[in-house]
Amino acid sequence: MTALATAPLRLEQIRIALAGRALLAVDATIAPGEVLTVMGPSGSGKSTLLAYMAGFLDPAFSASGGVWLGERNLLNLPAEKRGIGLLFQDPLLFPHLSVGGNLRFGLPRHSNEKRQLVSHALEQVGLADFQSRDPATLSGGQQSRVALMRLLLSTPQAVLLDEPFSKLDTALRQEMRALVFSQLREAGLPALLVTHDHADAKAAGGQVIELG
Amino acid sequence: MLRLAPALIITLLVLPVGAGLVMVMLPAFGYLPVLGGHEASLAPWQALFAQPGLARSVAVSFASGLVSTAMALMMVVLFLAASRGTWLDRGIRRLVSPLLAIPHAAIAFGFAFLIAPSGLVARLLSPSLTGWERPPDALIVNDPWGLSLIAGLALKEMPFLLLMSLAALPQLQVDKRLMLARSLGYSPTLAWLKTVLPSLYPLIRLPVYAVIAYATSVVDMALILGPTLPPTLSVSILSWFNDPDITRRFMASAAAVLQLGVTLAALLCWWLLEQLTRLLTRNWLTNGSRQRGEIALRMVGRSALLLSSMTALAALVGLGLFSLAGFWRFPELLPQMLTLDHWQRSAPMLVKPLLNTALIGLASTALATALVLATLENEHRQHLQPKRALWLLYLPLIVPQIAFLFGLIVAAESLGIRPQLGLVIAGHLLFVLPYVYLSLAEAYRRLDPRWLQVASSLGVSRNAAFWRVRLPLLLAPLLTAFAVGLAISIGQYLPTQLLGAGRVTTVTTEAVALASGNNRRLIGVWALVQAGLPLIGFMLALALPRLLGAKRRALAT
Repeated sequence: MTALATAPLRLEQIRIALAGRALLAVDATIAPGEVLTVMGPSGSGKSTLLAYMAGFLDPAFSASGGVWLGERNLLNLPAEKRGIGLLFQDPLLFPHLSVGGNLRFGLPRHSNEKRQLVSHALEQVGLADFQSRDPATLSGGQQSRVALMRLLLSTPQAVLLDEPFSKLDTALRQEMRALVFSQLREAGLPALLVTHDHADAKAAGGQVIELG
Repeated sequence: MLRLAPALIITLLVLPVGAGLVMVMLPAFGYLPVLGGHEASLAPWQALFAQPGLARSVAVSFASGLVSTAMALMMVVLFLAASRGTWLDRGIRRLVSPLLAIPHAAIAFGFAFLIAPSGLVARLLSPSLTGWERPPDALIVNDPWGLSLIAGLALKEMPFLLLMSLAALPQLQVDKRLMLARSLGYSPTLAWLKTVLPSLYPLIRLPVYAVIAYATSVVDMALILGPTLPPTLSVSILSWFNDPDITRRFMASAAAVLQLGVTLAALLCWWLLEQLTRLLTRNWLTNGSRQRGEIALRMVGRSALLLSSMTALAALVGLGLFSLAGFWRFPELLPQMLTLDHWQRSAPMLVKPLLNTALIGLASTALATALVLATLENEHRQHLQPKRALWLLYLPLIVPQIAFLFGLIVAAESLGIRPQLGLVIAGHLLFVLPYVYLSLAEAYRRLDPRWLQVASSLGVSRNAAFWRVRLPLLLAPLLTAFAVGLAISIGQYLPTQLLGAGRVTTVTTEAVALASGNNRRLIGVWALVQAGLPLIGFMLALALPRLLGAKRRALAT
């Protein structure tokens, strides 16, 4: 949003295997504002790639290779210090917080003008009056938009998207794609999208890697 | 028949509690014709309030319930927040069921043996650190503030709250919440506290209330660890009811009503604390603080629960040591010689109580299991959602035993039912039923309905499918529920003592009866037997499915 990330995200010779069986090998650099799409059927290990990069890899997998954000080696850091934001199929808004509470949860502790940041973020996605609403009362599309803004308010350095549009219906999907990709571009974030939908890859408009 | 099951369960739980409360309420206000009370009066209350030390009894009961629950809950919550995915987490998860199975009295005795002036801790530190050559003259167990009672209660409540939390957590998508929070920059312990705890607490609220109710009115633990002059309110009530001067029954009834009030006041106080906590932490949840306190919380969370589990285990070891000890001079850590004398001398006396314990436990648990299965099967066949009325299951756990059991006896006697074995079994059923239900319901509902659809498509009737498909598939949870029921029954002190009029002896009543004497060797034997019985049940529950399902890989889990 305000702080433009300028560092590229580099996936250096990443190899992931399960019980000795090689799942995938990826080597790529994602420039700020660009989206790399990794495509493949289920079981091809694309979500495992995200887990590896974000720091949540199941110990059953063995992985090698580097993940760099500019000059920083992310693999040496715990998940919470990597600065990598995640967007899932499910919006995962916390049910014990209001819509505004969910957004504040994403804001860094010492942000100035928290109130304004939150209401501005809601305005941007057309949910201006939704601050105090219970997230459970929102439609699926509305929840996805709140989840996106929560992610962006946390000022990540890079974003990983795990089939974020697959649960939306067709009309909504177009709209969310446009929103997500334009916001990511505007924030200048390198992003990695895994999906099995070719239309996603087309809308992302960046490089595409096919797995499996 | 099946359709009557839910109503039957509710009646079985509500009627005795209700009747018991009414029949204690009446004499509390002077009305009990059998004892010559024909008109309402406030005399029982005047007599009660004239009792010396009453205020202190009430205060200790109230405070020990709240403080021990708060301690246990905090330990459990911090542990869950701080230990996710560590070896400690896996270890404690395995320990929690056996720890829960150890009866209150056994834990209380073992803990007393640890902390007493001549106990294991003092021996470990003497004379090197303390310089004590003989046991210090200090009142550690039975201290007037109820501190050892609070610690003992917290030890016992911790595994219960942990198990309830572990049962509730799978509904909460914990992994996803944590992954999301950590990707937003939250360190693991804070991520758990801010995103999982607010959803977890409402799910364990009723168990927490049950713990408070139990802790404010417990009798057996208070007899062993609690203060003596004056004792807790519950212990005073018991001694007044047992007073040879039968007119004291009126005052005792008034005191039982007072106990109900103390428990309700403690619950109300807790509820207010809940609201206050919610207010105070509302800002903290969303203030964006991601790291602060992580290290301290993690350290406390991991060590507190580890320490208390170790204490519980050490308590058991202590029981074993004392039961085998021959001559044992004070500062020596271990007995000079070990002997089986105490066991041999106790063996003949153990037979009758052991048989009674087994009979009561098996009968009440079998009845409870049958009723619970009927209710769950009915719910499944009628496609009913779990009823809101289910909170009534907690009624016997939230109304203090001492407040309604005396009334229940009066009610039973007025129907011509004398205290005896049958009444004890019925009484145990009240407390066994809720636990069997709670431990079986989730597994029952989670069983894939397609198994039964497959069965009926193969031409098997619904009743046959229940016996031939559902029960075999549910064998493991069924046996666990049975073991839980047995453990609950074995640990019951007050219902056995009162409903059996002291004539039905079990290992628990005999062990607690030893509390007033000071023969630690004997106590060690009885408390160890008491602690061992439920463990045997749990071990059988674990082993049987493996034996029976040894040739079925998908079942042998």
